[in-house]
Amino acid sequence: MNIVIIKYNAGNIESVNNALNRLGVNAEITADPEKIKNADKVIFPGVGEASTTMEYLREHQLDRLIISLKQPVLGICLGLQLMCSHSEENDTTCLGIFEEKVKRFVPKPGDEFITKVPHMGWNAVYDLKSDLFSPEMENRYVYFVHSYYAGLGEHTAATCNYILPFSAALQKDNFFATQFHPEKSGKIGAAILENFLKI
Amino acid sequence: MLAKRIIPCLDIRDGQTVKGINFVDIKEVGDPVELGAKYAADGADELVFLDITATHEGRKTFVELVKRIARHLNIPFTVGGGISELADAEKLLSAGADKISINSSAVRNPQLIDDMAKSFGSQFVVVAIDARGDEKEHWTVTVNGGRIPTDKELFSWAKEAEDRGAGEILFTSMNHDGTKNGFANQQLARLADSLKIPIIASGGAGAKEHFVDVFTKGKADAGLAASIFHYNEIPIPELKKYLREQGIVVR
Repeated sequence: MNIVIIKYNAGNIESVNNALNRLGVNAEITADPEKIKNADKVIFPGVGEASTTMEYLREHQLDRLIISLKQPVLGICLGLQLMCSHSEENDTTCLGIFEEKVKRFVPKPGDEFITKVPHMGWNAVYDLKSDLFSPEMENRYVYFVHSYYAGLGEHTAATCNYILPFSAALQKDNFFATQFHPEKSGKIGAAILENFLKI
Repeated sequence: MLAKRIIPCLDIRDGQTVKGINFVDIKEVGDPVELGAKYAADGADELVFLDITATHEGRKTFVELVKRIARHLNIPFTVGGGISELADAEKLLSAGADKISINSSAVRNPQLIDDMAKSFGSQFVVVAIDARGDEKEHWTVTVNGGRIPTDKELFSWAKEAEDRGAGEILFTSMNHDGTKNGFANQQLARLADSLKIPIIASGGAGAKEHFVDVFTKGKADAGLAASIFHYNEIPIPELKKYLREQGIVVR
């Protein structure tokens, strides 16, 4: 299987490749449009800031390429947010694959346990509705690090609750995305990546 | 609900795991990658690897070790020890570390926190604080593994670190470290009340009950310990089961 991880100015892309290697598969990390177009599976990971990353994608015409892809695509963390229509992070117009909008967490005053932003650590995911997940993953814990979230919507494929319920995963046609980091989510995360490779 | 985290800490010297009791009398306890993978399989939520190597050669070994850890570990990990400039952090980031922890270097040069947060994001920057309290409840920040007192005070320094962009505070009470009598819950709760970023509690873990206390009385987001895990005094699955029974949300 030919797996490509899109190379761009985002942090820690290598950790996704490490996770794939642990599953016995190897990915190519590349920005070459031909290689991305011809891959069997495309992974779009990312840790970073929305507006500078979108700018980078536009400059390198990766924005148009990503939305035109027909094979299964998996966005991770910032990848999910960039696949949405708009992010509040520096008022950024994103790729628009999912209609959901990305907003910043606003701490709820008075609740001492959920006033911290970023949402960092292990949290449970539920209402799983995608081939990324297996039934036994309902209510299991995965690893999140983020200050912005995609709201619930038509394409929500998994829900997580932090301050409010939000999209832990999204799916529309061949486009899949997780707000959490499957590459850092222990055995469950590995199983989610494995499920993606089987799609 | 966000789970409380259990974090084993591995001290590394020249590529091997060691654990100092009260920061002296160091004993070797094994291969860090093997030990890290075992903890991950046992249900550790995160790991911290602290490089206590003094030599240049040892530092290079550590970066290689971080690469190996990143390849084998499927949970997040923080690395610390000897990080004094942006270039050090960058090397560790590209080796695969999820977060770095800075301690003495941040005390000497607080601007380092701003620079790192700006370059790599706050989520990457853990500020570790070792502090010792006196009978008047004045908590002095110490450096060099607790050996050298500074003119900084715990609570104001933690707040300054947050304001400068730290993503988390790792507080070790030198009064409690190595005693196995429980965490510094009073001071931890005060930190939790005054800060908006997560707090990792360190120093004093000796029994399962101590973790219940640190999450309830101490209001900590994560509990860190070393020897109780290394010597298997409290196996992580047993600890998690106990915490769950006590109504603490854990993974």
